[in-house]
Amino acid sequence: MSEVYDVLIIGGGAGGLSAGVYCGRGKMKTLVLEGSARTGGQCAKTNELENYPGIVESTGPALMDKFREHCDKFGVEFQRGMVSGLKMAEDGFTKDVTTKDGTVYQAKSVIVATGANPRILGIKGEREFTAKGVAYCATCDAEFFEDLDIIVVGSGNTAVEESVFLTKFVNSVRMVVLHDEGTMDADRTAQEQALANDKISFIWNSTVEEICGDELVNGVRIKNLKTGEITEHDTDGVFMFVGTVPNTDFLEGAVELNRGYIKVDDKMGTSMPGVFGAGDVNDKWLRQVVTAAGDGAIAAVAAERYIAEEEHWSHSVLEAKEDRLVAFWNPLDKQSLELMSQLETRAEAHSLKVVTIDTYKSRNIADRYEITQIPTVIRFRDGEALKRIEAPSAEKLEELF
Amino acid sequence: MIELGKENFDSEIKEHQGVAMVDFWGESCGRCMELMPDVIELADRYESDIKFAKLNIKGNRRVAMGQGVMGLPSIVFYKDGEKIEHLSGEELEAEQIEEAIKRYI
Ligand SMILES: Cc1cc2nc3c(=O)[nH]c(=O)nc-3n(C[C@H](O)[C@H](O)[C@H](O)COP(=O)(O)OP(=O)(O)OC[C@H]3O[C@@H](n4cnc5c(N)ncnc54)[C@H](O)[C@@H]3O)c2cc1C
Repeated sequence: MSEVYDVLIIGGGAGGLSAGVYCGRGKMKTLVLEGSARTGGQCAKTNELENYPGIVESTGPALMDKFREHCDKFGVEFQRGMVSGLKMAEDGFTKDVTTKDGTVYQAKSVIVATGANPRILGIKGEREFTAKGVAYCATCDAEFFEDLDIIVVGSGNTAVEESVFLTKFVNSVRMVVLHDEGTMDADRTAQEQALANDKISFIWNSTVEEICGDELVNGVRIKNLKTGEITEHDTDGVFMFVGTVPNTDFLEGAVELNRGYIKVDDKMGTSMPGVFGAGDVNDKWLRQVVTAAGDGAIAAVAAERYIAEEEHWSHSVLEAKEDRLVAFWNPLDKQSLELMSQLETRAEAHSLKVVTIDTYKSRNIADRYEITQIPTVIRFRDGEALKRIEAPSAEKLEELF
Repeated sequence: MIELGKENFDSEIKEHQGVAMVDFWGESCGRCMELMPDVIELADRYESDIKFAKLNIKGNRRVAMGQGVMGLPSIVFYKDGEKIEHLSGEELEAEQIEEAIKRYI
């Protein structure tokens, strides 16, 4: 069998690399699988990065290089690989991660940090003119539009910030905005920058119906949503900033999703035990570098706890030579506290070992045995639950022996 | 792979009899930099069949636009000087380039 990683991180953007720093520093055997030849993700595609705390002035790629360097320092391994499948192995603990070329990696826990890609609207002409005047990345393609006139579709932070950036190259930017005059989806700071920039103008209440051209883009047809009127405008290019879609195709049927985004709890746990989500792939409110990094840190620590708990469980209960009494309890619960002292004295009298599972800290193992009542005590033999008593009285405990 | 620029684009590509492939790239295009090693490998493997060249858009933007290239990465195939296929987009993979090469040899 190939080596089993403690943590396998899918995706080397802000979320994945932040998780890598924590895992590496926690001395876990960690592998980052990244689909692209270079790590950094979306952040490495923007020059305008002004809101990562502590980094007053830097570019996206430079900041991501620092994240990567930090992982390297703590011995995190990196492999190129586009993940296409994730499943729990027979043992209910190890996960098998498959890449497009058929390689299978094994890990005790997995952190999914695959981020998102630009949304394609599917407007007439959009695909046909990609790289011929239709663009999705200002940093990558701005140079082509030097001294030309362009249209930007969208009004969120990315659309507004990238429009401002593009004015350093282009002659003019017209932003096509769905909403009424003066309403954009971006925050106020970004909006003010755009409104104060005299190279930027706005076409309100509108969408782009069609992108036209011969070999290169030379115009757009714009529809006014209020009047239904369609107007034609000359343009040399169309930049699309209409949001992103999460990269979760390979998770379909494996973990619970919401509109494509991974559903996570406050420890970044997903519906599959030992699989965590971090960054833009998560179903969450704010998708930024700083929140992706925060998620990565939480996911890494949660992964470490998960492994410790599972290994303790296997070692002290499933693989134990003698019978074990397992008490699922909550140290904040009075009945639990009373039971524990009783249980310990009786167990000692029968020379049986008690293993305690604190359900307040984690419900992972309790859920596996469908524990609903706290406290519950189960006697285990050869890894199997032999006898189970829920919320026992002192007398009832005797049935366990 | 031949390095192209304003001076030699026409003589190397437009006047070439047979199939040629041009990799339009730029330093700020992450995907171009990722693909480059694979493209070089493909060039080594198939250079007896078709002509391979690359053009850094820096300083050659007009040449690229003249070829209908306004976004990176862009891999363009020519036959007897005529443009026959334009592969592009962030998701472009080396396998797609190789498939195209195989179609033209
Ligand atoms: C143009 C632009 C400007 C932005 N500006 C700002 C800003 O100013 N401030 C800010 O805080 N945020 C900004 N953001 C948002 C920020 O970049 C993201 O919130 C952040 O990068 C999310 O990080 P992530 O790790 O979750 O995902 P990503 O950065 O998307 O990284 C995901 C990684 O996973 C890889 N991957 C995907 N699928 C697979 C797979 N199946 N197998 C293996 N690898 C895979 C991808 O190649 C990628 O490297 C901007 C985004 C864009 C696009």
